[in-house]
Amino acid sequence: MTATVKAKPKNLDPAEFVQARTFAGDAWLQFRKHKLALIAVAVLLIIVLGVLIGPAIWTIDPTYIDIIAAYQISSPEHPWGTDSLGRDTLARALQGGRVSLMIGISAMLVSISIGTIIGLASGYFRRLDNPLMRMTDIFIALPQLPLLLVLMMLFREPLKAAFGVEGGVFILMVSVIGGLQWMPTARLVRGEVLSVKSREFITAATAVGSRDGRILTSHILPNVMSPVIVAATFSIASAIITESALSFLGLGFPPDFPTWGRLLFDGKDYLTITWTLVFWPGMLISMTVLCVNFIGDGLRDALDPRLRK
Amino acid sequence: MGKYTIRRLLTAIPTILVISFIIFAVVDLSPSDPTGNLPLTIPPEVRQKIREALGADDPFAVKYVKWLNQFFIAEPLNFIETTLGITFPGSEDRVRVISWATRGPVIDIIAERLPQTLWVVGSSYFLGVMIAVPVGVYSAYRQYSIFDQVGTFAMMVGFSVPTFFTGLMFIVIFSVNLKWFPSVYDTTLVVTDIESLQQQLRQMFMPVTVLTLYTTAQMSRYTRASTLDNLQQDYIRTARSKGLTERTVVMRHAVRNSLIPVVTLIALQIPGIFAGALITEQIFRVNGIGQYLIIAIQGGDLPTVQTVTFIFAVLVVFFNIVADVLYGILDPRVTYS
Repeated sequence: MTATVKAKPKNLDPAEFVQARTFAGDAWLQFRKHKLALIAVAVLLIIVLGVLIGPAIWTIDPTYIDIIAAYQISSPEHPWGTDSLGRDTLARALQGGRVSLMIGISAMLVSISIGTIIGLASGYFRRLDNPLMRMTDIFIALPQLPLLLVLMMLFREPLKAAFGVEGGVFILMVSVIGGLQWMPTARLVRGEVLSVKSREFITAATAVGSRDGRILTSHILPNVMSPVIVAATFSIASAIITESALSFLGLGFPPDFPTWGRLLFDGKDYLTITWTLVFWPGMLISMTVLCVNFIGDGLRDALDPRLRK
Repeated sequence: MGKYTIRRLLTAIPTILVISFIIFAVVDLSPSDPTGNLPLTIPPEVRQKIREALGADDPFAVKYVKWLNQFFIAEPLNFIETTLGITFPGSEDRVRVISWATRGPVIDIIAERLPQTLWVVGSSYFLGVMIAVPVGVYSAYRQYSIFDQVGTFAMMVGFSVPTFFTGLMFIVIFSVNLKWFPSVYDTTLVVTDIESLQQQLRQMFMPVTVLTLYTTAQMSRYTRASTLDNLQQDYIRTARSKGLTERTVVMRHAVRNSLIPVVTLIALQIPGIFAGALITEQIFRVNGIGQYLIIAIQGGDLPTVQTVTFIFAVLVVFFNIVADVLYGILDPRVTYS
């Protein structure tokens, strides 16, 4: 041992240093091994880019009505076909994707924030634990989909009046989906906090006189982030599905506002005439959710050092 | 165990009351009017009388207590009367939960629609579990084999693709193009002979397959994970080193232990599958409870929405308890005290 240490320092060459290993670097090395997750990242990037810059390339106006070209399955002008009014499905799907993805991400942010705050509070402050967990239990027992439908029906009109048709439904959708999906995150975070809280470094932090707020934000939160990131990924997938399910049941966005779920809802009445009307939006929903789920799987393996091979 | 079950059932009562209050309060915020879809020729005085008769203008607390009384006292008493054929005193004056749309008891409509939902949901759930368990176990036993890799990929796809998309694609393929199965569920069909039985099976095929695919994907992922967990345990190595046959090791030792969490998940997912049926029923126009709820929501039929949503909530609470109790019975390591 000592011999090698003595021999080396004479020719210090930076290139020979072993690259410092970081947590993120390790996670990336592990993530790269999950082939399906890598493919999923690529496919998802294509979908996201398509939705973001697609309308600049595919310049057909999604609201342009061309009755003569109605009910096309696929043609050179309209590769994804047209609807009953001759509107281009590809253009509508690209425009709708923005909303669907935005809802997925915003609802995830809402549910993860609520879940993390409640989980941190109930795991860290013993007095809050019981009441917060009872509340979580009650939320878990609420029937999700029926309640979502009821809330959508109830608050649509007042919010429409306050924020306009699209804005109102968007705010409603995000808060309702986020507000009913934070419970698993809260439980997960609480469990992690309970185990982190009993470690020595927390005792040390308390001994130096750190306040609760500081311990929570700079010692506990970073240590529970990994499972939260994984939960966040899966929650994007479930928010996208929920949005399209609500739109599919006719309780989502108004007809002229094409989200993927709304396109399915509108297309289902013309199944006998043109199948592309439901096929492409449905494929986009399925592919996005599938990719997000695979990425979540990959992240779970990558972020948990215990699972690394 | 008995004590634990009783305690859980008793503590569920306040939970259910709180949930019933939340649901009732949320739905009651709705501006729906029971006379809203009556002809415009009906004069306002008559409308007012109809509203009074249905109790729509009562204060919130009165409406809630009335509904509690109707749901928890009047309905069970009525059920006992009709099943046993006896009459309690005062049965004439008893008010049941009345729908604003049909002006009939909500529970009767639910009872009419329940069989369709149970047939579709029940058979697909049963089929799904029957397929998922062997697939999950085999996939775990042969981890990283072709079967496992194809299987886990298929499970992920089945789990990610929403039922409303698979359902519509099934209609496009099997109803529109191949014309094998009807896309609309005919509920008036009565099974009397072989031919009508065939017809019943044909119309059940698509909704059941769609739900089965989803259940299978979900359950087999879980079974696989749980079996993998158990196959790595020390007791499996012990069993092998004792010289037991591979079959005994897997079937008697690993699978039996792996199925404990799977059984609890099966119980936990039952309310969820009812909610999933909401969408499937809508696609294939099965007139089950899910479709009834959607009609009621769209029509602003508040008593129906409150009652059906509350029944869904009771299912969730109940099956949570069932899952916990089952866990205690199946796994001797779990003790509730």
